[in-house]
Amino acid sequence: MTTATITQALPAEIRRSRITGVVLLAIGLAIFLLFGLGLEGGLTTKFGMNPGVGSQALRIPDVTVPTAATIYLLSAVSVFLGAVQVARGFKRAGVVIGLVATFFVIAFLAWAARGKSFNLVGILSSSVVRATPIALAALCGVMSERAGVVNIGIEGMMLMASQAAVVSASLTANLWIGLVAAILTGALLAAVHAYLAIRFKVDQIISGVAINIFATGATSYISSRFLERNVDLLNNPGIFKPIAIPLLSKLPILGPIFFENTIIVYLMMILVAILHVVLFYTPWGLRTRAVGEHPKAADTLGVNVFKVRYVNVILGGAIAGIGGAYFTIGSAGRFDEVMTAGKGFIGLAAMIFGKWTPIGSFLASLLFGFADSLQVKLQILRVPIPSEFLLMAPYIVTMIVLAGIVGRASAPAADGTPYEKN
Amino acid sequence: MTLRDVSRIRLERRLERSRAAAFAIPLLSLILASVFGGILLTLAGANPFETYRAMLVGAFGSRYAISETFVKAIPLMLAGLGVSIAFRMLFWNIGAEGQLAMGAFAAAGTALFIVPHIPPGLALPLVIVAGFVAGAAWGIIPALLKAWVGVNEIITTLMMNYIAILWIEYLFYGPWKDPQGYGFPGTAEFPAVAWLPRLANTRVHLGLLIAIVAAAFIWLVLSRTKWGYEIRVIGENPVAARYAGISTARNIILVMLLSAGLAGLVGMAEVAGVSHRLQKGVTVGYGYTAIIVAWLAKLNPWAVLVVAFLLAGLLVGGDQIQITMGLPASMALVLQGIILFLVLGGEILTQYRIRLARPAPAPRPTDAEGAPS
Repeated sequence: MTTATITQALPAEIRRSRITGVVLLAIGLAIFLLFGLGLEGGLTTKFGMNPGVGSQALRIPDVTVPTAATIYLLSAVSVFLGAVQVARGFKRAGVVIGLVATFFVIAFLAWAARGKSFNLVGILSSSVVRATPIALAALCGVMSERAGVVNIGIEGMMLMASQAAVVSASLTANLWIGLVAAILTGALLAAVHAYLAIRFKVDQIISGVAINIFATGATSYISSRFLERNVDLLNNPGIFKPIAIPLLSKLPILGPIFFENTIIVYLMMILVAILHVVLFYTPWGLRTRAVGEHPKAADTLGVNVFKVRYVNVILGGAIAGIGGAYFTIGSAGRFDEVMTAGKGFIGLAAMIFGKWTPIGSFLASLLFGFADSLQVKLQILRVPIPSEFLLMAPYIVTMIVLAGIVGRASAPAADGTPYEKN
Repeated sequence: MTLRDVSRIRLERRLERSRAAAFAIPLLSLILASVFGGILLTLAGANPFETYRAMLVGAFGSRYAISETFVKAIPLMLAGLGVSIAFRMLFWNIGAEGQLAMGAFAAAGTALFIVPHIPPGLALPLVIVAGFVAGAAWGIIPALLKAWVGVNEIITTLMMNYIAILWIEYLFYGPWKDPQGYGFPGTAEFPAVAWLPRLANTRVHLGLLIAIVAAAFIWLVLSRTKWGYEIRVIGENPVAARYAGISTARNIILVMLLSAGLAGLVGMAEVAGVSHRLQKGVTVGYGYTAIIVAWLAKLNPWAVLVVAFLLAGLLVGGDQIQITMGLPASMALVLQGIILFLVLGGEILTQYRIRLARPAPAPRPTDAEGAPS
């Protein structure tokens, strides 16, 4: 970035850094005011550090903390960090923001589960699972937008892929065939999008919306016409079972969170790593980014802009297909109408939050997955916060991120613009 | 034809859009879509001719059917108009769904909590204004973010849909739920003074008139005013607009106020004109279908009204075949999707012409390689 070459901070940067500091101060105070005030003394909160039965991980003692003291401490540290940020500014403000946000969540959990216990590892491992379709959708978005093609049809691609997976897995009694069918379906729909958007320069938004509407209609139709009448034959594939990775799954905390998952979750994590390497350390990745930023320059240097775009969009669709398979053969074990429920769109939010990088998108997806599982968990704890507000969290966070409070996220320069070769 | 002959078919860009093609191709796409749909219906074990007839009768076959089609068309008309004016200047408002949810929220709040305390004559105007203002307020956020900070509006409008939908769900499942509603997710019924008046014994309501007035207003603005001229210039050539001293930021904000306000009116019309309460099912995707309406209508306000009516006919007809033929109502959505793709494809043909390349005079070297020597 350009900041490396600037020795003196610009006034605008100082102002932004001050604003960040004030936000941190406000969060610190909010921790105290929301959770600390009026707290009965002597309560403790127990954080469970072990997953449920059946896990191979080594058991470790659960952590029990005094509720009030924890909240006061977290509040004080946040206020201190905020004050330092206002006065001097941290070099890596993003890390500090992340830290304070985490403090807020821990304080909230300590308050919500006061006098009870809360399985921290349990919720983290379910966050990873729930983050999986979001992350896969985000990776699809990263691939196609890095090459300059906006894809808002991801939701529809996942929906059709989830149904294709269920039907083919049920018919063949083979989950792997279901997974392949999902991948092919995603790729096929993406190919339609690519062909319309790249070859014919049809508006990419319209094409994406058309895919979503078509997918909603087609899957609902097939579901009510065929699946519901022949449940055993067409809509009963079973699901992928979790596979414990030898040794790694024995690790306390990390084992149950990352290494006792289904093949689809592993695929997601592997794809994050592969895409990171491909995008930033291979010639293909360089070409992809060039095509997304300045297609004309890339073309002049002999890059086939159209080919790069086609390949990226179609492979992205294949990844969205895996995300679709998650819903049916990866978790629910059957198809329900519109079961993707906006996860494809949240994936786009994760992509932006992650600044169009695979790893960033993955971390953002984890955050959204956490909000999702928290929402379920809090209903069990009978916390008086409506579930709708917790479900809103990912969207509100995305809006705040987009508004530029936590640093600017900017799309590839040629994102959404068809390339005209002359 | 051999494969090599096929490869000689080429698409050439038309220098000028032919007028005849502009009319013939959408029509052809429609006919092709019916054929495709017919094949699907046959595969599903239904008689396509009977099904289409049932759909037509269900949507347009009687006074009642036509009135029901109008009821479905009103939200598509208003939202389609709203979306189309934003698209005119290449502002991608995908947020009509959320804006209509907020319009429904404000209209319901006004009708339930303010109307009982004001003179009855003020009730209706206030409900209508509340719907417009709330939609516009929801739409102004992405507009400001775009105008001031340059944030991409596609994502912000999309994100705000979910926030708005969750917000109204919270209300009608939670604090606004009708205590006498037997657990049904919805508010109490609005006082009758806050209902939109209906047209002679049908369910068609004042919203239709609002939509027609809105279409006329947008048409006037676009074709007769300086503001409309600015919008068109920005849409057709943003760079030229900047050189001409047209403020893009100001226009984004103004256009979104109108666009989102119209979407807000959709929500208002649905709760005050149709259900008379805020309940589950206000947000059924009108905001997204509106995008298709606007696009199929080529952003022309009068055409939006016509396309909205026809698409509404497809949806109502789809509901009818569920009742009369026992086919899933989602068949209408499938048909809608097929029509959409074919019109997208047809659009290509208005811009390109198919040309058969002349046979190559001499065999190319690649051909000789495979030939026996």
